Amino acid sequence: MVVIVNGERLEVTATHVDQLLGELDYQGTHLAVAVNCGVIPRARWNLTALQDGDAVEILTPRQGG
Amino acid sequence: MVKFYETEFSSRLLIGSALYPSPAIMQRAIRASGADIVTVSVRRESAGGMAGEAFWSLIRELDVTVLPNTAGCMSVREAVTTARLARELFDTPRIKLEVIADSETLQPDVVGLVEAAAILIKDGFEVFPYCTEDLSVAQRLVDAGCRVVMPWASAIGSARGIVNREGLKLLRARLPEITLVVDAGLGAPSHAAEALELGYDAVLLNTAVAKAADPVVMAEAFRLAVDAGRAGFEAGLMGPRDFASPSTPVIGTPFWHAVS
Repeated sequence: MVVIVNGERLEVTATHVDQLLGELDYQGTHLAVAVNCGVIPRARWNLTALQDGDAVEILTPRQGG
Repeated sequence: MVKFYETEFSSRLLIGSALYPSPAIMQRAIRASGADIVTVSVRRESAGGMAGEAFWSLIRELDVTVLPNTAGCMSVREAVTTARLARELFDTPRIKLEVIADSETLQPDVVGLVEAAAILIKDGFEVFPYCTEDLSVAQRLVDAGCRVVMPWASAIGSARGIVNREGLKLLRARLPEITLVVDAGLGAPSHAAEALELGYDAVLLNTAVAKAADPVVMAEAFRLAVDAGRAGFEAGLMGPRDFASPSTPVIGTPFWHAVS
């Protein structure tokens, strides 16, 4: 299926959020994930199924003012 | 001590973590500032990327309280979602709430800001809203439950200092119970001292330190200015006068009323 990860359309085999992170080689321990503007807590990554066309944001801490 | 919601902090200087020449200088400047609270942001991570991880380890070494922001958010929905992501990421109820109306001027969208603040306060956040110096907006933020209000001095990153001194004085006079922070536009230590002299509880700045020729020394300069400004406020400033008033005693002046 196709999901939009951080604004980029990607063809993936993952069906859940935790699988998507693994498939895309996200390794950090400080990640936050939103699917279609809803925050998915870490404890629910393996319970959250992805649908074709979902918009996924994968975020980390950065410099800010 | 200065109170942000139910927590007291000793430093009245909040500092940003962006725009420094290097990560090492960022760390040294933040330490030199004496700040207890450091602002950070939430940004997209590239696949396989570790930039966020590396940055976060530098911040953790500083042993500070982080204040995540919603910088760049142009709508209520974006800001609220970013705040919730920040809470997940940093495990903190604190959020520096920015809803930006115009990407060029970085003017706060005060209507969206009030709406987003109300949503987040109900959701248990401690909201630090970045706003203009407009009293009616500040009052609506307070009515929504904000205990901290952060009006700008001037445009973000402009270094122009306080452009509406009377507006900031009015906010201070009308919101005596609210923790007021001058956020954005401060360019020199004297600007920070002026904000504290007006009775503001704290200042928040980033660019003025990060873009100084020597950010570490500038951070120290701002620390001293904030302390000086606060001491001046607590000491009670005399009011201005229209005409001269001699400081040296007049009585006993030599040649006084000399016979001509």
